[in-house]
Amino acid sequence: MDAHVDVRPDGVAILHLRGRLDLVTAPRVKELLAKTVAEGHPRLVVDLAEVSFIDSSGLGALISGLKAARVAGGDLRLARVGEQGRVVLGLTTLDRVLRPYATVEEALAGY
Amino acid sequence: MAASQPCETRMPRPETGRGGWHGGPAARAVFRRGVIRVLIVANLLLGLNYLVWRYLDSINWAAWPVALALLAAETYSYIGAFLFGTVMWRLRPRGEPPPPPPDATVDVFITCYNEPVELVRATVRAAVAIRYPHRTYVLDDGESPAIRAMAEEEGVGYIVRSVDWRGRPRHAKAGNLNNALLQTQGEFILLLDADQIPSPEILDRTLGYFRDPKVAFVQTPQWFYNVPPHDPLGCQAPLFYGPIQQAKDGWNAAFLCGSNAVLRREALIQLGIARYAQELTEQVHRALRTADTVLRAAERQLPPDGRAPLHTALRELHTLVRDARAALQAGRTIQEVTWEFQRRVEALSLPLVREQLVQLQTELAQLPGLGSAEPRLADHLDDPATLRALARREWSPLAAIAAVRELLLAVDVDRAGEAQPVMPMATISVTEDLATSQRLHALGWRSVYHHEVLARGLAPEDLRSALQQRLRWAQGTIQVLLRENPLFVRGLSWGQRLAYFYTMWEYLSGFATLVYLTAPPLYLFFSWAPVRAYSADFFGHLVPYLAVNQLLFLVVGWGLPIWRGQQYYVTLFPIWIQGVFSAVANVYFGRPLSFVVTPKTRQQVRGQLVLVWPQLLFVGLLALGLLYGLGRLVLGLGDWVPVGVNIGWAGYELLMLSVIFQALTYQPAADQPAVPTVPGSPTLSRPLQAEPH
Repeated sequence: MDAHVDVRPDGVAILHLRGRLDLVTAPRVKELLAKTVAEGHPRLVVDLAEVSFIDSSGLGALISGLKAARVAGGDLRLARVGEQGRVVLGLTTLDRVLRPYATVEEALAGY
Repeated sequence: MAASQPCETRMPRPETGRGGWHGGPAARAVFRRGVIRVLIVANLLLGLNYLVWRYLDSINWAAWPVALALLAAETYSYIGAFLFGTVMWRLRPRGEPPPPPPDATVDVFITCYNEPVELVRATVRAAVAIRYPHRTYVLDDGESPAIRAMAEEEGVGYIVRSVDWRGRPRHAKAGNLNNALLQTQGEFILLLDADQIPSPEILDRTLGYFRDPKVAFVQTPQWFYNVPPHDPLGCQAPLFYGPIQQAKDGWNAAFLCGSNAVLRREALIQLGIARYAQELTEQVHRALRTADTVLRAAERQLPPDGRAPLHTALRELHTLVRDARAALQAGRTIQEVTWEFQRRVEALSLPLVREQLVQLQTELAQLPGLGSAEPRLADHLDDPATLRALARREWSPLAAIAAVRELLLAVDVDRAGEAQPVMPMATISVTEDLATSQRLHALGWRSVYHHEVLARGLAPEDLRSALQQRLRWAQGTIQVLLRENPLFVRGLSWGQRLAYFYTMWEYLSGFATLVYLTAPPLYLFFSWAPVRAYSADFFGHLVPYLAVNQLLFLVVGWGLPIWRGQQYYVTLFPIWIQGVFSAVANVYFGRPLSFVVTPKTRQQVRGQLVLVWPQLLFVGLLALGLLYGLGRLVLGLGDWVPVGVNIGWAGYELLMLSVIFQALTYQPAADQPAVPTVPGSPTLSRPLQAEPH
């Protein structure tokens, strides 16, 4: 799992993840999300285009990031969720809660 | 004392190997199941025959209260027999387990809450000695420095609640596990109570079942090494950790029992996420649905004069709520709807915040000597970030009204009232294991009951603890029945529904038992007979039913000491009744359950009579009735047949209740029995004693 964070001039942080978001990498992603929020960037977009596999622990990390962001007055939006990711979102009915945005730009609209 | 007494080995083992029966153990299991099925059908037909006769042609209206109460109790029992028969239909002992996968990662969780350090240490050492590679963690809900030191000495992980739990519901053991699940990352989790000493092979014997990717958990029996062979407190459960779980397993409905089980993390977390999505959706819908009422009530609370900005803001909040509802209707996600709602509340609150700050500044300016605070406040008035922070959610001036504050917190995605948004172990019941299993099954996961003792623990050794433990099981099971009735849970098969419902139904038995215990004395003293005549018709309907019923039980429990369990099933009727009432009061009226963690050390023997006064009362009534009836017969004052039937009935109930005297006089050995450091040693194997789950 690779991750790099781009902070835009308006303060929105875009996290580009790469690899598998599973029970092994979830704690690191959770930490990274918490750290980004704590550094003053509660508005997050997580770009999942390069993520090949998400399991429930991975979703759990995203939810804890969402909570941290909301408590700090921001939000966490998912962009470019892959086919497998959409299946997992549907399986857990999490797609009723989280909107997967087709592109990063779309996720940024209205931020 | 009895702990080291060598006894015949009758520990549960997988049913394979050298069977004496021709055709081997598999053929024997098929034959046994065939016999059981014949008896199930016979029992249900004969029972129906009896019950139809009872309804149509037997009720003694002259003594209608007794007659109807007994009829209700008998109907209850018949439904119980139907459920038992349905579950037993698929009795399926499994053979040898598949070999474990080569490279699974496993976390061993030892949950503890104020148990003695040395007791936990014994479990920790045995856990470390488990052969399959794993990590061991102590989950210390008592946050005891001594346990922490012990965990460090033994070189195992030590987990306590994170800061998120402060000031939020702790959810007992379910909360302890949920907290640890977020701090660990093994693919599989072995659950052990603080006193459950695992065998080194426990993982090698269970992990293989997870080769089926849909298996969520594997449960193994609970077996207690401090229980003497005659099991005075009825702690062993050979019928439950045996035919009942094996039959539930046949329906893919074996359930978790809190300890000695291996779980798949993916299944648990997936359940947690699915529940998060579902409960959050319900929470937001509910908050928006009731918001109009809440807001109107809030407006009435405001003083009629002045405060006009607040009035205006509340009115605008109505609009926001309406828009949010419309957005949900239109299929927008909770995330979008709550984001929009919170931003607009913030915008609505900003002028109020500004007004408050201006007011504060004016007041401060009038105080002498506080001049230095003034410019800082003025800075804030110009700082949009601070103003926004003060306008947000629980900081908003609108949140000063408690009901509005609740609304603002509820229309968000973070489940502010809980320590973690994702709670894999169910928190709706004090038997979180049962509730969690049912939810996993409803999500389509499978389960396994592996019938081999792979951990040995401590049972309660005094009456109070034993009663408290059973009360907690009853309360928890009824909580699940009331909150998530398996008959109506979506995603379960009908077999699974009935298998779960059977367990819950059994916990309602206290009321029926009360009737069965009351009827004989009422006849013997007052000649109030529930049936019109103890005639040939009566015997012709009842005797075959009773006989086949007993035979079925005998075959199902063949080779197992289930008598003690039958006795306690009757004798604990006050506990079962209390459990139902207290669960109803909890679920519908929000009253707390008396939840006491079962102590693993011995307690005082005093005051035990108070605990069992209803049983003693009925022992007295039944014994007096029996003697009175006998006296009448001797003096030639009563009809031989009906009095005889009721004397026999009273005698049977007395035999059941007599276990209470064994329980009252039981003195456990002064020293703890030796911890089984070499689990599987034949000297520790003893016949199991009975207990209906």
